[in-house]
Amino acid sequence: MNLVHLAWSYLKARPLGTLLNVLLLALGVGTIGFVFLVDRQIGERLDRDARGIDLVVGAKGSPLQLILAGIYHLDAPTGNIPLEAARTLEANPLVREVIPLSLGDALRGFRIVGTIPAYVELYGGELDSGRVFGATLEAVLGSSVARTTRLGVGDRFAGSHGLAEGGAEHADAYVVVGILKPTGTVLDRLVLVSTESVWHVHEGHAAGNAAAEHEHRDDDREVTVLLVRYASPIAAASLPRKINAETNLQAASPAYESARLFRMIGVGADVIRAFGGVVLATAALSLFIALYHALNERAYDIAVLRTLGARPAWIAMMLLAEALLLAAVGGVLGLLLAHALVAVLAWWLSAQDSLSIGASAFSARELWLMGPALLAGLLAAILPGWRAARADISATLARRN
Amino acid sequence: MIRLEGLRFGYRLDAPVLQLDRFELAEGRDLLIAGPSGCGKTTLLHLIAGLLVPSAGRVVVDGQDLAALSPAARDRFRGRRIGIVLQQFHLLPTITAMQNLLVAQSIAGLPVDRGAATSVLNALGIDERLDAFPHQLSVGQQQRVAIARALVNRPRLVLADEPTSNLDDAAAAAVIDLLLSATQRQGATLVVATHDSRLKSRIATELALSRAPVAVLA
Repeated sequence: MNLVHLAWSYLKARPLGTLLNVLLLALGVGTIGFVFLVDRQIGERLDRDARGIDLVVGAKGSPLQLILAGIYHLDAPTGNIPLEAARTLEANPLVREVIPLSLGDALRGFRIVGTIPAYVELYGGELDSGRVFGATLEAVLGSSVARTTRLGVGDRFAGSHGLAEGGAEHADAYVVVGILKPTGTVLDRLVLVSTESVWHVHEGHAAGNAAAEHEHRDDDREVTVLLVRYASPIAAASLPRKINAETNLQAASPAYESARLFRMIGVGADVIRAFGGVVLATAALSLFIALYHALNERAYDIAVLRTLGARPAWIAMMLLAEALLLAAVGGVLGLLLAHALVAVLAWWLSAQDSLSIGASAFSARELWLMGPALLAGLLAAILPGWRAARADISATLARRN
Repeated sequence: MIRLEGLRFGYRLDAPVLQLDRFELAEGRDLLIAGPSGCGKTTLLHLIAGLLVPSAGRVVVDGQDLAALSPAARDRFRGRRIGIVLQQFHLLPTITAMQNLLVAQSIAGLPVDRGAATSVLNALGIDERLDAFPHQLSVGQQQRVAIARALVNRPRLVLADEPTSNLDDAAAAAVIDLLLSATQRQGATLVVATHDSRLKSRIATELALSRAPVAVLA
C-alpha cells in the first residue's frame, strides 16, 4: 500500500470521472497516433514504390498524373508514346536502364501491365510459384491479385478493356505462369505480362504470329510509360529538361512529385493532428479540474496523510501519480484506438483496390505517442499538487473539530 | 515525554493565541489537555505533533526538539514516534481498513507488515472485515480501526483530539477505555485534548487551558 496504490484507489473511487478523462485522453492520443501511423505508412509506401526509379517519361499532361499512373498505378495514364522514344532514350549514355510499361487493360480492377522482367527485379519481386512471364499471353500475378481472384498457375483469364472493372472483355485469354510473393509494393496488385502480349491483345493477332509481326512493325508500336534509371547522377540536371524541351514527351521526377503529393495530403494530416491536439488539451483541462476539485473533496484525507507523517512532496507526488496513471491508461487505449482506426482504413482501402496500407504492427517508435498523454497528465497535476503540498493542515483539521 | 518551554504561538507576537511558560510531562504518565472550546487545545496538540511550529519557545517530544528538525525530518518523526487519533476517526475512504494501517506503515518508511497490522487490529477487537471499506464498517468499528492506525507503528506518544465529543456516555467510555488500554499495552503515552469533563476521572494529569491567552502550571 504505497503512494501509487493510494492514487489508484482514488481513481477507482470515482469511476465516471476517471472514465471520462481516460476517454478524452485516448481520443486525443488515438487521433494523433492514427495520423502518425497512416502518414508513416503512406510515406514509406510511396517511397518504396518509387525506389530506384529516377525519372518517369510519358505523354504530355500533368506530371503528377504521370507519376500516379506510372509508378503507383492509381490514376489513368496521360496517353501512349511511340516505342521509338524508348529506343532513343536507351541509347543515351546518361541512362542505365529503361523499363517500358504498357497500360490499358485490367483483370477485375487489377491493372494488367505489359513490361519486361526487369520490372519485377526493380521491386525485388520473388516467385512464390511458377516462373516469370516469357511468351505472349503468359501472365504473372502479384500476391494480392492471386489472393483476391483465386487464380493459380495454369489458370486462364481474359483481360477487360479499360482500367476499371466492367470493361469489355478481350477475346484472347492469358494463362497464369507464375505468382509472386508479397513485396509490400505496388507489384502486389498488378498482373504482369510481356509488352508483346499487350500489343497482341490490342491488335487482335492470332496467337503465335505475334513475334513475327513484332519485327517489322516496331516503328509504330506504342507503350504508355517509361521508367528510367540514370547511369550517373549528372543525368538529373540535364535529362529531364532535355526531354521536356526537345521532344513531345514529358519527363517527371518521382521524388519531386511524390513530395508534392505528400505535401497535399499533409495539409489534411495537419488538420487531423491539430484536432487531436485540441482533444488532448481538453483532456488535460478536464483532468486538471478533476484534480483541483479533488483538493477540496480530499482536504481532510490529505490532512490525515500528513498526520501519518506524509511530507508535502509525498502528497504532491500522489496527485501526480494519479494524473500519470490515468494518462498512461488513456495513452495505451489511445494507441489501441489508433491501430483499430488504421485497421479499419486498411480494410476500406483494400476494398477499394487502392493504395494498400499494411496491417498495423506495434513498433517501439510509437511509444513516443505516450508523451503527449503523460505531458497532459503532468501539466494537469502541477498546480493541484503544489496547492496540496502547501495546504494548511492544522487549519483543515481544526475546521472539522 | 513532553517538555514545553516558553511556548508562544500566534500570528502576532504581542497577542499570542497560546502562551505556556513551562510544562513537562513525565515518562509513563498520560495527559488530559482540558479547557473550553477555542482555548487553544487543538493548537497545542498540533504544536506537540509538529503540525504547527511555535512562534517562540521549544517543544521537546521524547527527547527531540521539534524545531531542530527540518520539515521533512519532522514529518518522518511524526510518522514513526507519534500516533494521532482525530475527532472524526477519519479513515481514508477509498482503501480498506487493513490498507489504512498499511499506508501508515508505508508513509512512515517502515516495512509494510500485514501481520503486525493484523495483530494491532485484533488487539482492538477487529477480528474480521479487515478488508472492508470504511463505509462498510459501523461507527464503532471505524473508531477501532482509526485507533489501530495510530498505534500500528508502535509510537511513543499517541495524541487524541476530542475523541469523545459526539458520543454518548457508554460510547465515550468505550473509546477512552480502548485508547487507555491500547496505549498502555504498547507502553505509549496518551495525550487527550478535550472539553469533555467526563474524561477527567480517567486521566490523572491535567493541563488546563483557559480562554484567556495565557496558561498554566504543571
